[in-house]
Amino acid sequence: MEFLWDALRQLHDTAGINLVHFYDSFERGRLLRGMWTTLQLAALCVVLSVVIGILGAWLQGSRLGVLKWVVQAYIQFFRNTPPLVQMYFFYFALGPQMPRIINEYGIAQPMLGSFEWAVISLAFFAGAFNIEIFRSGIEAVQRSTVEAADSLGMSRYQIYRHVVLPLAVRVCLPSLNNNLVNLIKTTTQAYAIAVPETLFVASQIWSDRINVFEMMVTLLTFYLIIVGIFVWAMTRVERAIAVPGFGR
Amino acid sequence: MSPQRPQATPSMPAPAMGESGYSAATFTPRALVIVFGAFLLLVAGSEAYAQMRTTGTDKSIVETLIRWTPLILFGPAGEFGGFALNIAVSFLAMAIGTVAGVVLGLGQISLSPAVRRLSWAVTQFFRNSPWLVLLFFVMLLTPFQIKLLGFTIPLPAWLKATFGLSLPVMANIAEIVRGSINSIPTSQWESAESLAFTRTQTLWRIILPQCVKRMTPPWMNWYAILTMATPLISIVGVNDAMTLAQDALAAEQRTDLLMPMYGLLLLFFFLYCYPIARWTLYLERKYAVKG
Repeated sequence: MEFLWDALRQLHDTAGINLVHFYDSFERGRLLRGMWTTLQLAALCVVLSVVIGILGAWLQGSRLGVLKWVVQAYIQFFRNTPPLVQMYFFYFALGPQMPRIINEYGIAQPMLGSFEWAVISLAFFAGAFNIEIFRSGIEAVQRSTVEAADSLGMSRYQIYRHVVLPLAVRVCLPSLNNNLVNLIKTTTQAYAIAVPETLFVASQIWSDRINVFEMMVTLLTFYLIIVGIFVWAMTRVERAIAVPGFGR
Repeated sequence: MSPQRPQATPSMPAPAMGESGYSAATFTPRALVIVFGAFLLLVAGSEAYAQMRTTGTDKSIVETLIRWTPLILFGPAGEFGGFALNIAVSFLAMAIGTVAGVVLGLGQISLSPAVRRLSWAVTQFFRNSPWLVLLFFVMLLTPFQIKLLGFTIPLPAWLKATFGLSLPVMANIAEIVRGSINSIPTSQWESAESLAFTRTQTLWRIILPQCVKRMTPPWMNWYAILTMATPLISIVGVNDAMTLAQDALAAEQRTDLLMPMYGLLLLFFFLYCYPIARWTLYLERKYAVKG
């Protein structure tokens, strides 16, 4: 590795291409920590938003009218307001109302930090879209299939868990992927509430080392790579669980 | 499990679209009522909380909100800003994004493989990059003024931000254009060819006019997404509604104002974007190909 860093240092000295965030061990360390935070943030948000989507779609099928209304209002609200303002609302307005806890240094601090609020707000944002997506998948499940399960004496929960959901997931996987890619890209917004994710760290580095262009290119490449890996993995999943007899 | 479609009212007649856009039957105000009610509850709750703790000098929450509303909506006196700027930026970015997107989308079906591949690469790049990163890219890497033929043209921050927001819109519009052109049956191209239409004539007189109808709902959907992305420009230092709301909060120095103020901002965006979403849904159903 040392050889590579030396080569990059040479590149800076001779060609003026400042890749200090690679060859300097301090900058490299904080950039890697930022990338790790982004990955954690993305993974947590993806899982939580999918859980919200599944739960919400189930609640929407409930017989209670009020419950449906509440879920509908939740979806419409989160779909039609800016995710950034939602995040600010959660972090700046709701955050201070939370009880405080004493940390290991004996200082009172808010129960949830910026990272946790970012996870919550992004999961709620993407979850609203996921409910709609799962809902459309559930509708695509043929009614006769549900009736068949019903006639076998399965309960509503059993039908949902063993018949409807597995089929619905396969139908809505493409649009779900789309939304989750969007969610991964939206994690950059956590920059606004100072979560030390990749964009935040990158902006610190380019302010300290004045290498805006090189840092930007690195940043875009990083996001293209993680989105690319995610899309590739999801395509594999899609192919692996495809039901034979549908499509081409 | 009722087979009700999402967002559909139980019995929706097919209304004729009037001049005004959408008719009352397609616009179910249920979510609107719930969200508005939640906002009022939020304000009332904060008001009660404020009354409980007040020292007697503070104004009421409602009074304070009303005092700041003109600023947040239209910006400081003599300056253009606030929510109006968000809307202006969304219009302009959408216009730039649409024009560039149509060009890029047509480039993707070009007969020249080089143009086709380049358009594809550009589209994929801008579609898969985070909005905020693109915004930083444009804000930090374009000059604040350009010298052209001896004239100095200033590039204010809001204009650069608009350009930054139009990039991802461009890429997504390009995909919509390409998709809708591909959704027109091949036989139409062939019949046009047999009638001796040139490729350009076929495209502009036969294919694209049909695409407009199909592209309208997703295009409007992207307009709503763009509008909801406009608060991002507050991060790069433009006087939009978000910045001004935070300025107002900084000036007031009251913690009991936090929730109502951010709630008010959310409400503004909701009131603007929700009708657009409903209208989009209506058009989607209206233009849906039966089958």
